[in-house]
Amino acid sequence: MGQIVKISGPLVVAEGMGDASMYDVVRVGPQKLIGEIIEMRGDRASIQVYEETAGLGRGDAVESTGAPLSVELGPGMMENIYDGIQRPLEQIRSRYGDLIARGIEVSSVDREKKWEFTATAAVGDKVSGGDILGTVQETPVVLHKIMVPHGVSGEVTAIKSGEFTVEQTVATVKTADGKREITMIQKWPVRSGRPYREKIMPNVPLQTGQRIVDTLFPIAKGGTAAVPGPFGSGKTVVQHQLAKWSDVDIVVYIGCGERGNEMTDVLREFPEIKDPRTGESLMKRTVLIANTSDMPVAAREASIYTGITIAEYFRDMGFDVAVIADSTSRWAEALREMSGRLEEMPGEEGYPAYLSSRLAQFYERAGRVKTLGGDGTRLGSISAIGAVSPPGGDLSEPVSQATMRIVKVFWALDSGLAYRRHFPAINWLNSYSLYEDVLSDWLNDNIDKKFSAQRVWAMGILQAEAQLDEIVRLVGMDSLSPDDRLTMEVARMVREDFLQQDAFSDTDAYSSTKRQYALMHILREYHIRAQDAMSRGVGINDVLGLPSREKIGRAKNVTGDFENAYAEIERDIISELAGLTRAAAAGSDTSAKEVQS
Amino acid sequence: MIKEYRTIQEVAGPLMLVRKVEDVSFNELGEIELPTGEKRRCRVLEVNGSDVLVQLFESSSGINLRDSKVRFLGRSLELAVSADMLGRVFDGLGNAKDGGPAILAEARMDINGLPMNPAARNYPNEFIQTGVSTIDGLNTLVRGQKLPIFSGSGLPHAQLAAQIARQSKVRSADSKFAVVFAAVGITYEEAEFFISDFKKTGAIDRTVLFVNLASDPAIERIATPRMALTAAEYLAFEQDMHVLVIITDLTNYAEALREVSAARKEVPGRRGYPGYLYTDLATMYERAGRRLGKEGSITMIPILTMPEDDKTHPIPDLTGYITEGQIILSRELYRKNVHPPVDVLPSLSRLKDKGIGADKTREDHANTMNQLFAAYARGKECKELMTILGEAALTDVDKQFAKFADAFERKYINQGYEENRPIERTLEIGWELLTILPKTELKRIKPEYIEKYYPEGVKND
Repeated sequence: MGQIVKISGPLVVAEGMGDASMYDVVRVGPQKLIGEIIEMRGDRASIQVYEETAGLGRGDAVESTGAPLSVELGPGMMENIYDGIQRPLEQIRSRYGDLIARGIEVSSVDREKKWEFTATAAVGDKVSGGDILGTVQETPVVLHKIMVPHGVSGEVTAIKSGEFTVEQTVATVKTADGKREITMIQKWPVRSGRPYREKIMPNVPLQTGQRIVDTLFPIAKGGTAAVPGPFGSGKTVVQHQLAKWSDVDIVVYIGCGERGNEMTDVLREFPEIKDPRTGESLMKRTVLIANTSDMPVAAREASIYTGITIAEYFRDMGFDVAVIADSTSRWAEALREMSGRLEEMPGEEGYPAYLSSRLAQFYERAGRVKTLGGDGTRLGSISAIGAVSPPGGDLSEPVSQATMRIVKVFWALDSGLAYRRHFPAINWLNSYSLYEDVLSDWLNDNIDKKFSAQRVWAMGILQAEAQLDEIVRLVGMDSLSPDDRLTMEVARMVREDFLQQDAFSDTDAYSSTKRQYALMHILREYHIRAQDAMSRGVGINDVLGLPSREKIGRAKNVTGDFENAYAEIERDIISELAGLTRAAAAGSDTSAKEVQS
Repeated sequence: MIKEYRTIQEVAGPLMLVRKVEDVSFNELGEIELPTGEKRRCRVLEVNGSDVLVQLFESSSGINLRDSKVRFLGRSLELAVSADMLGRVFDGLGNAKDGGPAILAEARMDINGLPMNPAARNYPNEFIQTGVSTIDGLNTLVRGQKLPIFSGSGLPHAQLAAQIARQSKVRSADSKFAVVFAAVGITYEEAEFFISDFKKTGAIDRTVLFVNLASDPAIERIATPRMALTAAEYLAFEQDMHVLVIITDLTNYAEALREVSAARKEVPGRRGYPGYLYTDLATMYERAGRRLGKEGSITMIPILTMPEDDKTHPIPDLTGYITEGQIILSRELYRKNVHPPVDVLPSLSRLKDKGIGADKTREDHANTMNQLFAAYARGKECKELMTILGEAALTDVDKQFAKFADAFERKYINQGYEENRPIERTLEIGWELLTILPKTELKRIKPEYIEKYYPEGVKND
């Protein structure tokens, strides 16, 4: 039991803490605020307090719990909204009102609720950490697996199916140190990653239903990506779209130091949206962590660890999990604030020197793994997608730079595009994906064998447009050759008819990878056939004025059977161009005759 | 029994160090009694052993280290609130300034508030008609939103804010409406402009004013916006009113915060502002909103002047990251005599999509909005090209876009500060302008809306 000697914002220093260890959770003051030891000097401990410290005084008691900051893992997490240290916000609201009071004690996982446990292991089975004992249908889409906690191994001596609360024993395991009763809940310290058998290279795409992402800058299941952009460029909408439509089993959405209304939006909207794969509401597979910008800053620092630990737990069951963090810049600012209060020597722009290593540690917890337990064939993945909010949109600042060194996919948002209402405002010239190569095989095998060829074509057109654009700016459109004018127009079509995607439209918000391929196919077909027609004497204005172009423009909004509709558009293009070519041939014949006569 | 301390060790800028203090808690309110008997307020910023660092809320002049006394009051800074506050004028610390009697408190509320539980928020989705086309039509404001005005020195943000305060209404039901106005470090003339505008329209009876003028102590400004927000919370969530909070000018607030931070010798972030500026601003902005099961709402329009019109300056930058959009004023339009000079393209309302549509405004609103944006952006690009290469370099379609951009600025944006346009009129003007363009270019509008709303025989010149 220690005593407070210093209070400075979220930082509290206590004396007489000799028995406590680094990163122990402590309870501070008469209200028993939750804090964590982040520095020890002699028996003086520096504590970051996860709640507002107003009202604390010198001499107030500080008590160590002797355990590091941990999350509770078990059935009941799905569809929940937690704060940065896994306190359930709905329960807090029903018990304490609209505002977040201090010193609240609410258990993270409902203790009363009974779950239908189905045993899959049997008495006599030899089990060790990570082995599955049974399952609980937590939501219609999540079959929660009850695993043997890490560090426990031995023989199952009792197990039964039935209705249990999370604290009741569902199985007993005889270990070397005696009997161990296993419940459906376990704890795990958030700052250390959960173990797995081995990491494997990610080579399956995370299909997000977003055209620019899946076709041009794909991310793998188990990959890492960053979405940097100045305010107003649509970061949050992109993050929401990924959370909604990604083909993963579980989504952990971390609202880290962002707007309260955005979390409310997720909370109210997700239950209404149906997952295109399961037909169930998206909320049934989502866990929300909300530490909004007005909530205590230290808990913001903890929130991303809380989120990724929950993700790891589901990964260990063999699920594909997406962790979406909005925004890592706010997390870094929380780190900076604590560092400043600790009077550490600052690195760049006041951020602590360990900023980039902390960021790297976070992203490295993503990945595709063979999990512990079973026969070693259970695969799970965590894809981590973090928003970055660079001040003034300037990517040379430390958080952006440190992030870019780690992540493999970079979706650069561009305010210029946003002003033109080109959404998603991902700049196709600055963005990149290092998974392009490893994912090509999968896409060529599973979507279409020309998938990557088509991507190369699209990128080529966009690059060419950027170069031609400069010429146009200098000398005007008229100076371009007909071929180049066609390229410019096709690039415009790629931008407007393919890359632009309306997140608020029912038909357009999600586009399957097959459909993306088919849509791009129309554009490419138009380009190739138009070039061909032009080489046979058709004028550029006729090609550009093709009636079916309007249909191409509306192709992304086609409802129902897109394959037929797209095939029809393609037939129209071909027949219209053929008509033009015939007319041109006839025209050149007549003009040739005229010359002869 | 409250102890008095005569142990003031040092006073430097807005900070004061008091020694040998017992029983004091973080963020507690203190009271300094000067030898003259005058009392000033301060709050505890740091407790370190028996040393207490306090931040003054008022000027430090006249504080004598030997003879001044400090008392700690065991509570944080509070505001006495009551429905009688409407129609009254207070200073930056919540004392009556209009010569009227002190407020009989129905409650005393901590001005720092508590964070709102995200699970208790109700999503803002009710359309507010401000009567300003650039806002209603393109950057729609909804109840519970925080939408700042990013302005520059010399630009008419005050006129625009007053126009919004005057004209704002919700179309559906009539409900109790109030304005809370906080003047933070602005000039007498600017404050007087607002007050006389409120008086002229009779709005003053449902307005609460907190006034910290440029001549008042800078340090008082740290409390002023929080005073206003506390009053707004009371009116909104205890008295079921729809409150519009206007705070001007937050640049002055941020400078006061920087002053305290510099005095504490904290590691500065960008441009000398403290690293926690984002968090600090957020604890104010996030107090806007609606709550589940509560009738009232707080809609916030903070005004800030961007130094050198630079949007990447920390104050507008961090504000933009917290608020739900921004209205940006343009010097270029102002010079062209376009009023209000709202720079449409970089302005944004993040919540607009939830506040518009068939049963809120009109079914074609979203489509025409996107079309107007895209067309204006393209028109501006064409005009730029025209200045470089001459008109001959543009295609015919591009020339039409350029013409559209001019007409759009003249008719749509330029409406003056007196005209109150209902949303239908705003949409109508939009459609009239779109007739400048060939119908085939209206790709963002659904064919059925073109069919239904495209006006025939419009003459745009």
